[in-house]
Amino acid sequence: MWQALRTELHPKGLEIVTVALDTGGVEAARPWIEAARPEHPSLIDQAHITDELLGFVNVPNGVWINEDGVLVRPAEPAWPPREPNAARYDNIPEDTPQRLKDMLGEARKITSDPARYVAAVRDWVERGAESRYALSPDEVVRRSQPRPPEHARAAAAFELGQHLWREGHQDAAVGWFRQAHRLHPDNWTYKRQAWSFADPLQGPTELYDSDWLSDIRAIGAENYYPPVEW
Amino acid sequence: MLVDALTVDPAEFEARTGWQAKPEGLCKGDVCVSMPGGTAGPLDISVLSERLGMPLLHDEATDCWVLGPEGGGRALTTAVAPDLELPTVDGNPFRLSALHGRKVLLVAWASW
Repeated sequence: MWQALRTELHPKGLEIVTVALDTGGVEAARPWIEAARPEHPSLIDQAHITDELLGFVNVPNGVWINEDGVLVRPAEPAWPPREPNAARYDNIPEDTPQRLKDMLGEARKITSDPARYVAAVRDWVERGAESRYALSPDEVVRRSQPRPPEHARAAAAFELGQHLWREGHQDAAVGWFRQAHRLHPDNWTYKRQAWSFADPLQGPTELYDSDWLSDIRAIGAENYYPPVEW
Repeated sequence: MLVDALTVDPAEFEARTGWQAKPEGLCKGDVCVSMPGGTAGPLDISVLSERLGMPLLHDEATDCWVLGPEGGGRALTTAVAPDLELPTVDGNPFRLSALHGRKVLLVAWASW
């Protein structure tokens, strides 16, 4: 979905880099990448390093980096050019399993603003540092994700969990994933990655205390992404 | 950061966390933290944990250690982008600094 924007803005000096936050690695990400047929770098972050280094807590999230390697926008929700969610999830076939219908019904209510996000990217590409969307270094740091001690511990627990999962110590991994979820309950990346191993639809299992549908209903789908602070 | 010993190489530590070993201590952005014993040799992970506020976790069953990011502030302590190196889908290493001179929109996504 990002390729169209890349085609438009690459001649004007922008490169798009996608990063798959996937403990499943290339195997998990490849089918999606091949379907997208990108001309931009498509990277695999199997260890979720960028979550920690940049502050990603959900997907899609993005950062903007200027020509000198300086961040001008911290991690925040980022959407490619696409239809609003309400239109994307219309016309669900009648024979769709009820749980999936319920999930798509909630997904339909998730608030996103791809048009505004893409317009901001275009403005930055055009105006550079003069764009009102390009933030000062101090503001980038100020707006980055808070990281209280419990969130730092959650990051360590998640890293341990996903490493143990990949090494085949899955029982131990679940314990560390659960700790990460408890310490940083707003981090959808930690939750969804772990849930996805137990159930591809991220539904209720004995391994975890919650699931995607329950959690999104608890907070309200409209709060799934925080509003972008333009 | 996974650690397989009770010390870590300063260069490896910098590559993974952005904390750079200098004569005055470990530095990141405008912050420098002095380290007992200096920074020229291997860094003790328990000292790193204490001095930088990084949680140190240990899985007893597998004897696996992880040093987490520093806590008590924000995810970013500097706006200088980390010089990430990650593999492409084809398995080739890609370093973010290769794109200096271009604006970069870096987007995280997932199959889940």
